[in-house]
Amino acid sequence: MDMRDRIKEGLGDKIKEWQDHSARRIYFSVDKKDIYRVVDFLFKELGLRFSTATCVDTPQGLEMLYHFSFDKSGELYSVRVLIEDKNNPEIDSIAKQFRGAEWIEREIWEMFGLNFKGHPDLRKLLLADDWPEGDFPLRRKNEP
Amino acid sequence: MSHKVIVPIGPYHPLQEEPEFFQLYVEGEKVVDIDIVIGYNHRGIEKLSETRHYDQVAFLVERICGICSSSHPYAFVLAVENLFGGEANIVPERALYIRTIIDELQRIHSHLLWLGLAGHFIGYNTIWMWAWKYREPVLDCFEMVTGNRNNYAMFKVGGVRRDLKDEDIPILKKAMDELNPLIEMLRGAISDDPIIKMRLKGAGTLTKDQAIDWCVVGPTARASGVNIDIRRDEPYGAFLLNTVDWNVVLEKDGDIYAKTMVRILEMQDSINIIKQCLNKIPKGEIDANVKDIPVGEGIGRVEAPRGECFHYIKSDGTNRPVRHKIRSPSYMNVASDKVAAVGGTISDATLTLAAVDPCYCCTERVAVIKKSDNKKIMNGWDLVKLCQEKTDKIKAEMLNE
Repeated sequence: MDMRDRIKEGLGDKIKEWQDHSARRIYFSVDKKDIYRVVDFLFKELGLRFSTATCVDTPQGLEMLYHFSFDKSGELYSVRVLIEDKNNPEIDSIAKQFRGAEWIEREIWEMFGLNFKGHPDLRKLLLADDWPEGDFPLRRKNEP
Repeated sequence: MSHKVIVPIGPYHPLQEEPEFFQLYVEGEKVVDIDIVIGYNHRGIEKLSETRHYDQVAFLVERICGICSSSHPYAFVLAVENLFGGEANIVPERALYIRTIIDELQRIHSHLLWLGLAGHFIGYNTIWMWAWKYREPVLDCFEMVTGNRNNYAMFKVGGVRRDLKDEDIPILKKAMDELNPLIEMLRGAISDDPIIKMRLKGAGTLTKDQAIDWCVVGPTARASGVNIDIRRDEPYGAFLLNTVDWNVVLEKDGDIYAKTMVRILEMQDSINIIKQCLNKIPKGEIDANVKDIPVGEGIGRVEAPRGECFHYIKSDGTNRPVRHKIRSPSYMNVASDKVAAVGGTISDATLTLAAVDPCYCCTERVAVIKKSDNKKIMNGWDLVKLCQEKTDKIKAEMLNE
């Protein structure tokens, strides 16, 4: 079975919006509360490789994209999650499931102030130790 | 009672001369834990990129790293071209070939650089001098084709900036023909040397399960038997046209020896790929003259010498990206040192940390501290010495037998 169908079947109504963006690029959005189980399904059951995660500060909220690569066909599945509460953003950590997500969650935490619940070692990765608390360099509020 | 000692390595990695900080926790000779601190080289390029227009960003990301200075701009232009539906939709065929030639030349020079440093590390300074000597003609090729030995300024959205001159093609072919036997010789020197084998086999092993758990990429993953290579999985450049014949190099042991062999065999593959490209390169345009960038999201991936290089672009239709996410291969690979170096000896640690070919420009330092009283007992150079002394010891033992 095609990987797209396996994902659609396995996740069912957890998928809110599906977008076949271009050849080998697929985006779909899920609810914030489902992210742990969705990632678990993609990584453990389907064996997709976690490529990285991206956070974007949008007017609607913080948008997380988890990029999973299916290397047999070269397809890249990006799971989109919107975190609406910008004042106190939180999402479940996926670093508990596999170690490869530890650094990127630490980076997003310091750059966007997105709190990853249950991260084993949430501390600064790139920013200096004396960087001011609560100042998130990649948030939009810093711009005129 | 166990006696833990902390070994800090830094402020420069003794191998790569870049800022990084490793804190090794050791019990006697054995490494029991490791803490990696990066960020000394963080330049805020993702943020900077949002203030530059698309033409400038290609130059900016080229400066992320001087070694893979074609992978980053390549992945970036692929991400932007993804907004147009993909590289194949807009880029002229000749430009695809030129892109691949530059990208593969870069792989050869990067792997040779690593091989030389690894040789120096285990006390084989001859390998170091040979490898770096053979790297020179590759850099000369770059200078001839692009005008620069590093930071080639070749990539732009929709094509390449400079054409490959007809008179350069035979010179490039000759350089590749001359390089092949030299790399074959290096391969022989490493695979036939019993001391190097003893030194590298079984050291710094990353198993296949660990490689998957840490999501490592590139030669680090392929040496552990994870069969991934973006050039085959999601072809770009000349690989798109199915005219290039090559194979993905795969090893299964996951130790430093496997990582070395993967890189050497990949260089030979790259030479082959370049030669085929030079034979098949068509005449024609090299640039699609892209004017407007569409609204949307694009992701570009390139197999850099160290693995998958990932760029994400979000465009709102203006001449600047709204968001530009960069994930270099070392970002995933360096983190895996946490398992690869643990369990090994201190004298292997520096080599293990170096075996992933860390690049901190892309993604940062080492010292030995006694865990019982947190006292520094060694610095990076002492560790290199330790590493080289171990090879000398093996050598002396073999001579005595």
